[in-house]
Amino acid sequence: MTAIDVSHSGLAAARAAFRTCRFTGLKVDIAAQRLIMANAVAAVVFLAVGGLMGLLVALTRWPAVHLLPSEWFYLVLTGHGANVLLFWIIFFEIAILYFASAVLLGSRIATPKIAWAAFVLMVAGAIMTNVAVFQGDSSVMFTSYPPMQASPHFYLGLIIFAVGALIGVGIFFATLVVAHGERTYEGSIPLVTFGALTAAIIAVFTLASGAIILVPTWLWSLGLVAEIDPLMYKVVWWGMGHSSQQINVAAHVSVWYAIGALTIGAKPLSEKVSRTAFLLYILFLQLASAHHLLADPGMSATWKIVNTSYLMYLAVLGSLIHGLTVPGALEAAQRRNGYTKGAFEWLRKAPWGNPAFSGMFLSLVMFGFIGGISGVVLGTEQLNLLMHNTIYVPGHFHGTVVAGTTLAFMAMTYYVLPLIFQRDVIWPKLARWQPYLFGMGAGGISLFMMGAGTLGVPRRHWDITLTDAMHPFDLPSGGFLMMGLNGLAAVIAAAGGILYILITVGTVLWGKRLDKGEAPLTFPLHKQAATVAEYGSHATVKLPGTIILVSVFFLSFVLYYFVNWKYLSEIWLLR
Amino acid sequence: MAISPPQNRLWWNEPIERVEIGWVVVAFLWGLFMFFFMIAWHFIGGQNLSTETYRITPAAYEQKVATFAEKYQVSEESGVPVVRPPVGEDVFILARLWEWWPLLELKKGQSYRIHLSSIDWQHGFSLQPVNINISVHPGYEQIITLTPTEAGDFGIACNEYCGIGHHMMTGRIRVVE
Ligand code: HEM
Ligand SMILES: [Cu+2]
Ligand SMILES: [Cu+2]
Repeated sequence: MTAIDVSHSGLAAARAAFRTCRFTGLKVDIAAQRLIMANAVAAVVFLAVGGLMGLLVALTRWPAVHLLPSEWFYLVLTGHGANVLLFWIIFFEIAILYFASAVLLGSRIATPKIAWAAFVLMVAGAIMTNVAVFQGDSSVMFTSYPPMQASPHFYLGLIIFAVGALIGVGIFFATLVVAHGERTYEGSIPLVTFGALTAAIIAVFTLASGAIILVPTWLWSLGLVAEIDPLMYKVVWWGMGHSSQQINVAAHVSVWYAIGALTIGAKPLSEKVSRTAFLLYILFLQLASAHHLLADPGMSATWKIVNTSYLMYLAVLGSLIHGLTVPGALEAAQRRNGYTKGAFEWLRKAPWGNPAFSGMFLSLVMFGFIGGISGVVLGTEQLNLLMHNTIYVPGHFHGTVVAGTTLAFMAMTYYVLPLIFQRDVIWPKLARWQPYLFGMGAGGISLFMMGAGTLGVPRRHWDITLTDAMHPFDLPSGGFLMMGLNGLAAVIAAAGGILYILITVGTVLWGKRLDKGEAPLTFPLHKQAATVAEYGSHATVKLPGTIILVSVFFLSFVLYYFVNWKYLSEIWLLR
Repeated sequence: MAISPPQNRLWWNEPIERVEIGWVVVAFLWGLFMFFFMIAWHFIGGQNLSTETYRITPAAYEQKVATFAEKYQVSEESGVPVVRPPVGEDVFILARLWEWWPLLELKKGQSYRIHLSSIDWQHGFSLQPVNINISVHPGYEQIITLTPTEAGDFGIACNEYCGIGHHMMTGRIRVVE
């Protein structure tokens, strides 16, 4: 599968084998390439399993379909959360870390054997947790709040998975050190690697919190620890659970920059601003555990306000900055490419038929408009009362982690396949449609769940008709309508997801080999994709299109924010 | 290029584009505004979640709620007491698998100190269609002062997953003029 074009080692210490990519000129370590492939394949497998479970959940919550019986619903929902949020995303992130270190820096990967051990641990842990879920006595949701208890191997699987991931992160750091020591690159690390570094640093904090809380919980499930305080559990668990979402953000923002560079030759407007924005993530996101405790007893209002806002919204500021610098970099690049008419020729004439580009752009827009705005509103101390634990919450995070992260990773796959697997993407016509299909579905489920939650529909709930309840009452009919529309959107998202899996697996197995001959890419790279060019926006400092887009975004944000305060001011008085 | 090292090694000395600076300032100020607005709402707003919380054992809480229900019970519905506490009296709601107990009757426009705690797992107090949502933990007794502003029947659902009967867990507050 891998051809070794150039086989040499920079230093005697490194007996690594390299090839030179004929599309980008990058020097690729074969050991790193294999590890990236393994992690990417595992990611896609867990996405397939978890995504299918998502469809089953959505079809059950579609009142007219109500597919699964209640026990199965809660079981499958637990499996859905674990497989997609943890296993799919983290396997893919490990692949990104190896890519951003070894490949982008043209270095050998540090200690490939240990990296394989990490991979094996992650696979073993993920399988163990899945086994526990399917045995049926661990339907505790992936958050597993005590005193509700799962089987010991449910927690043990998660712990083993986290240890594996932590080792993978360690390999990333070690590879940076190797690259630096062996001088495989000049000057500073690329922006994308810098973003990945941000993600990795956050990951250390996150995985440590995970261990701190899951190890005692596991011992508790074995009967060795008498009690786990439910409030303390939530504080520490979300130190992992929420911060790990910032890993996703750092990773997918890096992916946006990378795809911008690969498809249209985009460069950061200024390295300084983009890097500072990443830095803000590291400095301030540890605080975000509070997002999940705003409606809980026991914390002071001061603690809630300071923490939920990441100390005055400084981590949000990071994302807002990327919200301008990413489209700004795209616009500047397109204007350099000759699309200079009006405010939006650069956008109209963008490579919309290239699934990497379209997926990236949809991810950028939906992450900002849907996931981002709803996240800040949901994380506002008092506004949280209106939506806490309603299905608005899954609505919000399908906007971040599905329409944002997952779609960005899917888009990236269209370059991982040719550049790392060295297979040309098959079924280009279908591939062209895939991001639109999945994006539409993912945006749909996010918005409809948010709508239903605004009308009071609870999350993780099998029967909103409440017919079997002791004191039945009616939830608003609008909520039922929204859950029906959510079911429809879920079918569209699932279609897009299945298409993604088929294209990916098909390409890996049957795609035209690119390591032999001179065949061009179906979805070409920009001619400057990897050549070093002047950084920054040169003369193209006028970015009218970006300014308009960002203004529309900002106005929507402010408007939606105040609409929710208005809504809050109309409910019962509470103090 | 974002995937290759910055060409200018001294990238931290580059000038920053005007639009970037402008947006950073706007975004920063907006963050500050949102931060201070949360604080301000504690003074100008009528909806702030109290943080008054005490530790309590489930058994002790169960006892308190039972005493309260017995004292002010006015009738019974499907075996569950309907309780009408006098205005100003402390009101107790108990969460357990799988009900909110007991049923309550409150007066519109009057304030009540409502105590919330669970005697088993975590539950989610979700008052509908008002849409007030509060987490309820075992071992912690939270007290909120609630003033109903409309009359009618209001359901309480559970929106924290609490096992196989989660979707059957309900309760009710009736508000009378
Ligand atoms: C075909 C695509 C998908 C569909 C149709 C879908 C649908 C749903 C639905 C309907 C829920 C249940 C909400 C509830 O009852 O509380 C849910 C929960 C969830 N989804 Fe998805 N989803 C999809 C993909 C994803 C992906 C890719 C991720 C992560 C990257 C994800 C992460 C989650 C998480 C973490 C939960 C919460 C589980 C819990 O409450 O314990 N979903 N999803
Ligand atoms: Cu409950
Ligand atoms: Cu419940």
